[in-house]
Parts: sequence; C-alpha cells; structure tokens
Amino acid sequence: MTTEPPGTPPVIALAGVGRTHPGRPPVVALHPSDLTVHHGEYLAVTGPSGSGKSTLLHLLGLLDTPTTGRYELDGIDTGSLRDRDRSTLRGRRIGFVFQSFHLLPHRTAEENVVLAQLYNRTPPRTRRTAALEALRLVGLGHRTDALPGTMSGGERQRVAIARALVNRPSLLLCDEPTGNLDSASAEAVLDRFDALHAQGFTLVVITHDPAVAARAERRVAIRDGVLSEAEAEVRTAEGPAR
Amino acid sequence: MSRRSVLPEPSSRLGLRDLLSEALSGVLQRPGRSVLTMLGTVLGIGAFVAVLGLTATASGQIGEQFSLTRATTVDVTDRPRTDGVAPGANPPSNFPEDTDRRLAAIDGVRAGGVWWPVPGAPVITARPNGPNEGTGLSVLAATPGAVAAMEPTLAAGVTMDAFVQRTAQPVVLLSEAAAGRLGVSRLDAQPAVFLDNVPYTVIGIYSDVRRRPGALLGLVIPASTALERYGNPAPQPDRGAQGLVATRVGAASVVAAQIPLALRPDAPDAFTVVPPPDPHSLQDGVTSDLTGLFLALAGICLLVGAVGIANTTLVAVLERTEEIGLRRSLGARTGHIAAQFLTESTALGTLGGLIGTSLGVVTVVAVAAARDWTAVLQPAATLPAPLIGTVVGLLAGLYPALRAARTDPLKALRSA
Ligand SMILES: Nc1ncnc2c1ncn2[C@@H]1O[C@H](COP(=O)(O)OP(=O)(O)O)[C@@H](O)[C@H]1O
Ligand SMILES: [Mg+2]
Repeated sequence: MTTEPPGTPPVIALAGVGRTHPGRPPVVALHPSDLTVHHGEYLAVTGPSGSGKSTLLHLLGLLDTPTTGRYELDGIDTGSLRDRDRSTLRGRRIGFVFQSFHLLPHRTAEENVVLAQLYNRTPPRTRRTAALEALRLVGLGHRTDALPGTMSGGERQRVAIARALVNRPSLLLCDEPTGNLDSASAEAVLDRFDALHAQGFTLVVITHDPAVAARAERRVAIRDGVLSEAEAEVRTAEGPAR
Repeated sequence: MSRRSVLPEPSSRLGLRDLLSEALSGVLQRPGRSVLTMLGTVLGIGAFVAVLGLTATASGQIGEQFSLTRATTVDVTDRPRTDGVAPGANPPSNFPEDTDRRLAAIDGVRAGGVWWPVPGAPVITARPNGPNEGTGLSVLAATPGAVAAMEPTLAAGVTMDAFVQRTAQPVVLLSEAAAGRLGVSRLDAQPAVFLDNVPYTVIGIYSDVRRRPGALLGLVIPASTALERYGNPAPQPDRGAQGLVATRVGAASVVAAQIPLALRPDAPDAFTVVPPPDPHSLQDGVTSDLTGLFLALAGICLLVGAVGIANTTLVAVLERTEEIGLRRSLGARTGHIAAQFLTESTALGTLGGLIGTSLGVVTVVAVAAARDWTAVLQPAATLPAPLIGTVVGLLAGLYPALRAARTDPLKALRSA
C-alpha cells in the first residue's frame, strides 16, 4: 500500500480533531475524530448531505481550523501556524478540486493551471511547461488554449485537476468532484484519479455517491459528524475507528 | 515578518511582475466598465491641467501685450475750443508754451512734450522745385520733450534741444526712411531738405523710436517753427496736438492724474489723459476668479472620480469572491489579495490621470491656436498630473482592498 521509507510521517494525522460552529445552540459539524492517511493512499470519505464531509475537507485543506484536537500535515503540527504559513502549505502541499470547478472564466485552460504557480515561488519561465505537462496528464494536451466557457463539464473538471496537481502536492483534496458531471464525464475523471493514484499521488475524495467511493482503495464514512472506517459501520454510534 | 516561519519551504509570495500583470488583466477583463470608471478621473485631471495651462497662457498673453514701454507711456489728447475762432483758421491748442518744463516738473516723468502732424501736407523735396518725395512720409511738429519721450535711436547727428525750439530754427530730424528717400546719408556737409521750397538743415537721423512708431516714416521739425510757418494744429483729436509723456516704471497712473492741473491749472478739463492699463488688475482678474472656480470644479470631478473607482472596485470584489477564495486555496495570503485589488484601482487611476493630462494639454494647445496665443504649460503643474490619478486610485482602492482581504475563503468557495 505505501512505498514511503520508514520514519516518514503520514501525510495526514488527525488526533481528536473536531469542529464546532459557535451559536445558540452550537452546531457540532465534526465530532472529535482520528484519521491517518499515508503517502500514496486513495481515500474516499462518504456520507449523506449535511453529515460533515465538507467540514472535514476544509479542515484538511487548512481553509478552516479545528476547535479541538491536533492536525499534522506531513508531520508539521498545523495548530500553531499563522495564516502566512497556512497559506504557504496550501500553495505548496495541497491541491484542491472543487465540485463547481472554480476556473477563471476569462482565462484559457493553460492560464488557469499557470495560476496555481503564482504564489509559491515557481519561476515564471517554468510555469508554462509545467502547466502543459499537467494538462497532458489529464488528457487535455489538445485543449490548452480553450476558454472554460467552450469546454464540457468533464473537461473543466479535468482542467481543475491539472491545476491541483501541477505543483506536485503531498495531498489532493477533492470535494464531490463528479457532483456536477454526467456519468460518462464522471467516469473519465475517475479514470484520471486511478492514474494519479498509480503514479503515487495521495488522494482524499469526498463524495455522497457510493459508486465513486467504490473506486477508492480505502473508505471512511461520516454520519452526523461522526467519522468511522466504512468497513466497521456498526461502530459509528460508539465513536471514531482506528 | 517578525517571526521566522517554522516551515522548511519559503513562504508564499507574489512577485511585482505577477502582481502587475494580474491587476492589468483585472482591468482589461471588463474594458467598457474600466473606461466608465476612469471617466471622473479623466475629467477632473483634464480640467485641472487645462485650467492651469489656460491661466498660464492667458497671463503670458497679457504680459506680452503689456510691455514695459506701454506701462510707462501716458497719452494726453487736446480738446481745443472751437468758439470765437475765425472760420478757416485753426484754434490755438490748449497746451501752454512751456509744456515741456511743466511736464518735466511732475515727479515720475522722464520726458514729455507736445507733437502734432503739420497741417496742410507740405511738399517735401531734396532741392528747390525738385520732385515731391513726400508720398507716404509725414511731417511732424514736436517739442524737444516730445522727441525725448519718443526715445529715438540716433543713427547720425544730434537730437532737438531747447535752443532750436526757443528760437524756432529751420532744422529737421529725419527718419532713416525719409533720409533714404531724400538722398541724405552724411551730415558733415550740413545738408538741407525743402518743405514747400523752404530749406531746413538736417541735424540728425534716427533709426528707431520706442514710442510713436508712426515717426519712423516721417520728418520732425521744432514745434515753434511749425507754429510760425504752418499755424495752429488741426482741431480734430486724431490730427491735433497731443501730449506724449514717458514716465518711470510704476509711476504712470500717478503721473496721469497730475497732468491736467500741471499743464492748465485754470482749465484742467482741456485734456483727456489716457494712462496705461494697470497690469495687476488685469492679471488678478483672470487668475483669482476663474482659476478658483475651475479648480474647484476639477476637485469635484476628482472626488466623483475617486468615488467611481471605489464603487467599481468594491463591486468587482463582491463579484469576484469566488476568485478570491480560489486564490486563497492556491496559497495567496490576505496581503496578496489586498495588493491585487489595490493595484487594479491604482492602475485605473493612473490610466485616467494619463488620459486626462493628455486631453488637458490638447485643450490648452487648441485654445491657444484658435486665439493665436502662445500655449504656456508649466512642467511643474503638468508632469505630476497623472500622479494625482495614481493617488486618487490608491485612496479609492483602500476600502475595497480591505474588504477583499477579509473575504472568508470558505464562504467564497461554497458560494458557487
Ligand atoms: N458556518 C457554519 N455555521 C453553522 N453550521 C454550519 C456551518 N457550516 C456547516 N455547518 C453545519 O455543519 C454540518 C456539516 O456541514 P457540511 O460539512 O457542509 O456537510 P456536507 O458537506 O457533508 O454536506 C451541517 O449540519 C451544516 O449545517
Ligand atoms: Mg458538502
């Protein structure tokens, strides 16, 4: 499963991480949970709508901070980091794929991928080459100059995937990546995920679709903010699984 | 920056070139809106440059018209009495015989006297009964004070003095034009020219005069001689006796007020005195009233321009929350987001400033050309004008940039 040398810390190590939204009454979006994801793993997080999947992804992606617990990314304790360092980690070690793509409409596929290298000190000379290579990796080497408005949903999501992987991040975080796609396009995107997994990328895919989750190597489920390994669903009421 | 990062990798950053190109693409993304946004700044800065340029141009124009000579010249026109004069004869002028002395006694007068065109158009010849050379030449009668006030430049000989006036000598001063016409070039043989066949000894030739340039096409004989030979000056104001006074700089209006009483204490109404216009009243009139008004209008335009840029940038921030969230997910810090929108508004302001300055300069040049003026643009007011647009854009972008930086990436990414 993992090819990392011994002693390398896991990509994700959650220990008792929870998120409660303040208010009257406070909303517990994620109960304190443990989760470890190693290099090269392909993990699916499943659960019905409102169960806390996006909350988990935002915590993993350093877009949100847990109210309890400890989150280590590549062995770095993220709890003590200031916004500057969290931004740096996002720009370097994390690639996001969103349900609604979030491509800039006035820029070509290539320019959208180049944008991911704007803030992380990639030298301007190498940005185009890297973007072209990433687009080729998702099967869009022929659509580099296309504007998002002229592309199909599946093509747009593949541009977004190219953007997420162009920096060779430690972790690819995908939130309902096939939620806006027809089944053929979804199939193409899932094929890409398989290929990336084969290349050693670490993927965490969030989905409510069992068919999507079935493609992953490992599954965890969330129900009412409680995280559990999918193979042990009977234990959801008791708390997080190891 | 105070504490070192604990991460092994260098922090996120946004290079200057990347910042500029991102801001530019933000401006060009909606060209029509950008142009409308700049309109207020364009108008404000255009008005600013045009007003300052037109003021400078108009002032320069006044300065040109209002030369030093004009500022030190006072004209006195005679109003001769026409009653009780035999028909056919000219009435005596109101100027007293000792006009030169009375004028010279006024504080601030450098020289002054009376002159008039000799009535009856004498025939001018180089020798007795020779052909008339006088076409286009005029014979002037003048007191020595009037000649001094004209400030002739002598090419040869001497000018008129009190002696020739007192003794009514038959002498003449020639302009270079008259001397050429009459074949007079050297004065050592005491040449003479003839007026109505009467010889006049040429005592001097002048090449230029500072006042009464009409004398450059003429001959000047002593006023006393002219009175003896040709009688009183014509009564018409434009052909009659006139006083000419050269004053010291700044004394003209004070001198003008004193002239009528000094010449004729018994009849001060006998003269019309025309002092030069006061340069200060002219310039102040142009600069203070209009400039103040137009600069206030330019300021209002700039304010409107600033509000326009602030408004558009704020709308852009609200429209582009999704983009802001995306950039944050790609590693942008809050400062990078603020810098991007601040640079966009500053670019809009600078561009508006450049266009406005160009339009202002074109306006000044066009108005000056239409009026035959010399366009005057002060570099100190024109060159920094685009920078006013930069400052306007920068200030206008502060609040929107702050709002952009504060956008919660979570909400921004969830919105779409
Ligand atoms: N900002 C918030 N304030 C209060 N409650 C929130 C907030 N964000 C999410 N929640 C709640 O947390 C729970 C989990 O939401 P979410 O993670 O978006 O679920 P999912 O992605 O699985 O549909 C939901 O009950 C949601 O209403
Ligand atoms: Mg969700």
